[in-house]
Amino acid sequence: MTLAQLGEVSTTLVWGALASLTIALVAFAVDLARRTDVRAEHRSKAVSTAAQRELVGAVTAGASAATPTPSAVAEPVETTPRRRAAGIAMSTTTLGAFLLLVGIVTRGIAAGRTPWANMYEFTLVGSFVAVTVFLIVNRLRDVQFLGAFVTGLAAVFLTMGLNVFYIAAMGVQPALQSYWLVLHVGVAITAAGVFTVAFTASVLQLLRTARDAGSGWLGTWHWLDRVPAPANLEALSFRLNAVGFVLWTFTIIGGSIWAEHAWGRYWGWDPKEVWSFVIWVVYAGYLHARTTRGWSGTRAAWFVVVGFACVIWNFTGVNLVFNGKHSYSGLN
Amino acid sequence: MSGLTRKNTRYAPAGIDDAMTSDPGEAPEPQLPTLGARGWARWTWRQLTSMRVALLLLMLLAVAAVPGSVLPQRGQDPAKVLTYLGEHPTSGKWLDRLGLFGVYTSPWFSAIYLLLFVSLIGCILPRVAAHLRNLRGRPPRTPSRFARFPALASGTSTASPDDVADAVAAALRRRRLFRVDVGAEPAKDARPEIRTVAAERGYLRETGNLVFHIALVGLLISVASGQLLHYRGQALVTQGRGFANAVVDYDTFDKGAWFRPESLSPFSLTLDDFSSEFATDAVAFAQSRDFTASVTVTPAGGGTTSQHTIKVNHPLEIDGAKIYLQGNGFAPEVTVKDADGQVAFAGRVPFIPEDTMYTSRGVIKVPDVSAGLEQIGLTGYFLPTAQIDDDGSARSVFPQPTNPMLVLQVWTGDLGLDDGVPQNVYQLDTANMTAVTGDDGVRAQVIVKPGETVDLPDGLGTLTLGADVPRYVALDLRYDPSLAWVLTFALLALAGLGVSLFTPRRRVWLRTWALPDGGTHVELAGLARGDDTGLQGEVDRAFAAVPGLRPPPDDDADNYQEDPR
Repeated sequence: MTLAQLGEVSTTLVWGALASLTIALVAFAVDLARRTDVRAEHRSKAVSTAAQRELVGAVTAGASAATPTPSAVAEPVETTPRRRAAGIAMSTTTLGAFLLLVGIVTRGIAAGRTPWANMYEFTLVGSFVAVTVFLIVNRLRDVQFLGAFVTGLAAVFLTMGLNVFYIAAMGVQPALQSYWLVLHVGVAITAAGVFTVAFTASVLQLLRTARDAGSGWLGTWHWLDRVPAPANLEALSFRLNAVGFVLWTFTIIGGSIWAEHAWGRYWGWDPKEVWSFVIWVVYAGYLHARTTRGWSGTRAAWFVVVGFACVIWNFTGVNLVFNGKHSYSGLN
Repeated sequence: MSGLTRKNTRYAPAGIDDAMTSDPGEAPEPQLPTLGARGWARWTWRQLTSMRVALLLLMLLAVAAVPGSVLPQRGQDPAKVLTYLGEHPTSGKWLDRLGLFGVYTSPWFSAIYLLLFVSLIGCILPRVAAHLRNLRGRPPRTPSRFARFPALASGTSTASPDDVADAVAAALRRRRLFRVDVGAEPAKDARPEIRTVAAERGYLRETGNLVFHIALVGLLISVASGQLLHYRGQALVTQGRGFANAVVDYDTFDKGAWFRPESLSPFSLTLDDFSSEFATDAVAFAQSRDFTASVTVTPAGGGTTSQHTIKVNHPLEIDGAKIYLQGNGFAPEVTVKDADGQVAFAGRVPFIPEDTMYTSRGVIKVPDVSAGLEQIGLTGYFLPTAQIDDDGSARSVFPQPTNPMLVLQVWTGDLGLDDGVPQNVYQLDTANMTAVTGDDGVRAQVIVKPGETVDLPDGLGTLTLGADVPRYVALDLRYDPSLAWVLTFALLALAGLGVSLFTPRRRVWLRTWALPDGGTHVELAGLARGDDTGLQGEVDRAFAAVPGLRPPPDDDADNYQEDPR
């Protein structure tokens, strides 16, 4: 098999991963809807235990205790709801991650280098990291409620990658020939994948908070009652964002060292550097907001939304719109 | 079951600043009218060092950085700024007044980050003092009631309270993470004596937090000192030639305010050879793959010369300065004889690549013509692999010199070199020159290949292109003594950040006493800074160390539960 053919095999595998993740997205959505139905049936039975738990929750939950939330209703151990959809979703997600991994590896062999040097490859690796982080976290604790959103975002990224950013596998210019390509870019994409999962948790936190506060337009989104309480979503988001922030800090430091080697300066306010700095400051703001009275909870979650928007912009717009030293999309 | 939803979750964030229990900026309400100067100063200082203002400054900093990526910046691309000002004369003038073409050196951007650092220092200093006291302190006394704590365990043991307390204390000490105190509360009224254990771990969390913030201050100071002490010289060197590390030998030279010429180490460097490689496959045709400059370095004051290579990503380091390969191109060897047959110009002329195929633009200025003749200027392109299309336009189709050609237009008149005003060597000032046209009124074009001599139009003379086309490299020499400090503080910040975010800060307490009907009651409680999923596990591990535990009765009345995992 020639390298060009191997490159085509890689592309086919990525299409396969996209199909698999799309099935997972549908199955996760069905599962969320099913859980909602089960919840409605069980609601009356759960009332007594829920009331007890509410009491316990009210003692410690601080601000959120002021308005009794349906969070406690979500907590009773779900005995045997029909979770066939969840099974399908998890299998197809795992399959999608596997196909993507093989697709990335074959891409690397076809190009004869680390397979993350242009935007198409960024979308592959970023999606893979997001899905893998989801699968790993799900082994530690049940976060299947995030599945629809993570696979959905991964499917969007891959669709964009295959249709907009795709270029054939090839080598890289001298400026990219460095082990820092593996470290700096690899860690940057990993951070983006981690931020993606944290972002989904924060969005759910915001939606759930709005619904609990009686937001009109979320009134029919019953599935939101099936996701954990905002405080727990915030805790999950924080843990992921903390990892993401450390990775991003490393990305910037590694990038500076590399820039010093390749371009003769460690920091030059190139558009990519500007936006990496902005992302770092926004997430630093998020960490501080969490500990500032009146800024934790919902406002902190908005920082995550803004921060993730900057991450996405940094991976797309900055490469395509601005003409900087980091314009490695490979597209003209 | 949903593992995420834990019991008794406190909605307490666990960010890097969670050790701060009271926010100095928020605690006292400002009393406006009676403050006086000192009061105002104190109030301002409190506001500035409050978390809320720090947060505001962080948000401002993020927003303020954005325009620098949208508008061209003088520090990065001054030519683009001029183009922008030309295209937007009115709005450009205002943007310029606001400093938007030099965002990162503008007063408002500097004000934001300097205020942020003042706020940071004001916040960190008291915390360093508090943390130093804490480090010598003992774990807080065992509370008398455990019910309010998020992690609990209790049971009955056959061992005595003393043995239980000792065993748990020993287990906590064994892992070397905890600072442990064993104590007792004397019997009072009907209550028996209670043995207690108080343990705390995770002092490193705040240490990491403080290291992170102090390292950021160090980083800022290092970067600033680098700005003051650095120098940077750029030189264009053709094959077989060289330059000495002296201010006059550079084409451009930048320096910081505290630069001293002594910090230039007087070595010299010669470019022996330059080679480049480009992809030839269809997919990535003509993409660059490798650039290598081979150089010989003669150390200061003579001595043994040494051979080195400089590549992109592999700068050459000499005496603390680094030499980077920043660009390359062709410098054809051109000889121009004037109408009298005298050599009016002979030398290498660097042509600047304008595209990936190295279609390179250059200017040849011929001022030293024989008396009575007009000066000559030639502008045009060097094409490494020339292809002339049917319409007569020439372009390069590959970056390597497989079919090199020089395509020039000819001007005559006054080059303007005698005015004493410095000129850009890559631009021809045609204000006092006229383009030479052929008989048909079309501009005359001179096309010459290496080794050829052609006549210039209008009998102006001849032009010879040397048989070999030498390569040139653009070298960038930088000296910045702060680099090691910048890296050290950056890595310290990273380490501090990781430690502060991932070190759990936990307290574990034990209370145990003898029950009137025999046996020993044991209860443990845990408390963590922020939310900490491992807290219940910590309490459970300590509980497992209790000797002689009786199997727990099936008791639904327990108002707390084990962690579901």
